[in-house]
Amino acid sequence: MKTAMHRLYEPAAAPGRPRLPGRRFAHCAVWGLVALAMLLLPLCFPGGFAIALLSQMGIMIVFALSYNMLLGQCGMLSFGHAVYSGLGAFVAAHVLNRIGAGELWLPVSLLPLAGGLGGALFGVLFGYVTTRKSGTTFAMITLGIGEMVYSSSLMFPGFFGGEGGISTDRVVGNAVLGVTYGPGRQVYYLIAAWCLLSMIAMYAWTQTPLGRIANAVRDNPERTEFIGYDTQRVRYLVMILSAFFAGISGGLSAINFEIVTAENVGAVHSGGVLLATFIGGSGFFFGPVIGAVLYVLFAVALSSLTHAWLLYLGLFFVLMVMFVPGGVASLVMKQAPLAAERKLGRMLPSYAAALGAGLVLLAALILTVELTYKLQIDNDSGTIVALAGLGLDAASFKSWAGAAALWLAGALGWRAALGRVHRAWDEVQAEMTGGRT
Amino acid sequence: MTAALELREVRKRFGQTEIIRGVNLSIPKGERHALIGPNGAGKSTTFNLISGRSAPSSGSVRLNGAEIGGLKPCVINRMGLSRSFQITNIFHRLSVFENLRCAVLWSLGYKYSFWHRLARLHDARERAEQVLELIGLQRLRDTQAGLLTYAEQRALEIGITIAGGAEVILLDEPTAGMSRSETDQAVELIRKVTVGKTLVMVEHDMGVVFGLADRISVLVYGEVIATDAPEAIRNNDKVKEAYLGTTLEENAGEGAR
Repeated sequence: MKTAMHRLYEPAAAPGRPRLPGRRFAHCAVWGLVALAMLLLPLCFPGGFAIALLSQMGIMIVFALSYNMLLGQCGMLSFGHAVYSGLGAFVAAHVLNRIGAGELWLPVSLLPLAGGLGGALFGVLFGYVTTRKSGTTFAMITLGIGEMVYSSSLMFPGFFGGEGGISTDRVVGNAVLGVTYGPGRQVYYLIAAWCLLSMIAMYAWTQTPLGRIANAVRDNPERTEFIGYDTQRVRYLVMILSAFFAGISGGLSAINFEIVTAENVGAVHSGGVLLATFIGGSGFFFGPVIGAVLYVLFAVALSSLTHAWLLYLGLFFVLMVMFVPGGVASLVMKQAPLAAERKLGRMLPSYAAALGAGLVLLAALILTVELTYKLQIDNDSGTIVALAGLGLDAASFKSWAGAAALWLAGALGWRAALGRVHRAWDEVQAEMTGGRT
Repeated sequence: MTAALELREVRKRFGQTEIIRGVNLSIPKGERHALIGPNGAGKSTTFNLISGRSAPSSGSVRLNGAEIGGLKPCVINRMGLSRSFQITNIFHRLSVFENLRCAVLWSLGYKYSFWHRLARLHDARERAEQVLELIGLQRLRDTQAGLLTYAEQRALEIGITIAGGAEVILLDEPTAGMSRSETDQAVELIRKVTVGKTLVMVEHDMGVVFGLADRISVLVYGEVIATDAPEAIRNNDKVKEAYLGTTLEENAGEGAR
């Protein structure tokens, strides 16, 4: 899985490499593979829930990548990015309603563009204020703007629709080639197409003068001033472009859910995209893609299985920040040099051991959390927890003893496996540096 | 002929304290000029006032006759003045080559473009490669700048400073913290990259100063007490006094550390 990921993305993630003749082809191949995966996924998982999940992943990928234009590429930590996706969603919903009323003509397929332009417009407006400062001050101002927009949703019910939000209907006008956007699958493909286009556009942006200077501003804003660039202007432009793509994701979500509420511009949404980007890894272009997929799995799939999903997400986030600050992407990219020298196979046994121990620990965690939840919160219907086909009694000593045993076995196994990983890693590294000199 | 750089009665006050107390300096085009003086004399502050890092409280700073006092650093840079820093100031997560390419983009007119593709900008690439060769870091082209040794980072610092093709170059202690052999290499590099340009540098190493400079200004307590050719500075009584009886040669040993 890890190698597959790395191979899929390697050319895209190494901008500093010398230009090889096959580079262009490699780019096309990567995007082709991504497109193919998007095309085939709904065929592999045809269920309604899976399609809904995939659609939300596509939306979140665009959102997280747009956020990373700020965080990973330009070093701007924003706590209010949902403002742009949310307002883009409201604009898109209003446009869609106008289309439905026959006051406006625009194919629904192009609606995300309206969302994008809406997002960019508010980027021009709010960005002018927020990007005058950088660092902590910038973060604080974005937090303030986020709260301001959220609270104004009740002040301007015409635009925000009050507490109920704006409802809309995506099935409008005549079907083009039989596409009505009624069925979820058609919506998925619309989202997938926009997701792919946005990904390519955002990647292409990283390879432009502004994209590179954004990196320079991230690394050293002061020095950037002394090579002729106004850092404030750079931040402002990046903010507008980022808000445009955030608006596209908002437009897609308006089509997907057919309702936009104040939650869309709220702090929870802003926090979510920060979490997703960080978990995936802001240091690599494809990091937020992984993060978005994981985040949607947590927020949508896991939330339908357990009430404690936020707890799991929080724990996962804390563990990532503490032990893998570079995100999942950095874990993947660490394997790249090994894979290049065909030594990754040597690591696999120790990785498998670590995975096994990790799964035992995970089982221990899940058991503990679920038993606790049952006892403390959800005990109206008795104390039986259904886990993996087993009915466990949260009130009995045996269940807790089982959890304790799992913790112990997992911890011991983890220590041993970690030692194995370190030994194997050192061995392989020694061989690789030895082979070079 | 207008001077490349001219300071007239430049003053800088921080609260009640006046750090720069009426500096006058006129540097003609093509001159290599060194600014020396004891610690705390205001050499770095003077550089900051010239390059726009901070604004003078009063007085006039002119670049080729145009007033630049109080302008933003990016505007001053676009007018043809570039500076390096005493504490290495590079883009540490970008490769050496990307550092240099960033530094040439504005001067080639690409500004804030997000419609050009970097890979297609042959002029930017060629100019960056030229500078790369000039500073002798070709074999480290794709190394992350943060991973370079100190001396290599100092060379890159100079490379970023000159890459944009500015006519007036300010170098702030380019050899600070270097060993003797590294210093010699750095001096060679500075000589090479400033051919035909106006150079102003702050430097503590008197070997470097007397080897490179056409003229030297001595700054003491925020005032220029002397501006003259190296030999004349060496024999200037006021300068000797300012260095508290120590001769410049002794000070040179201390500067090299």
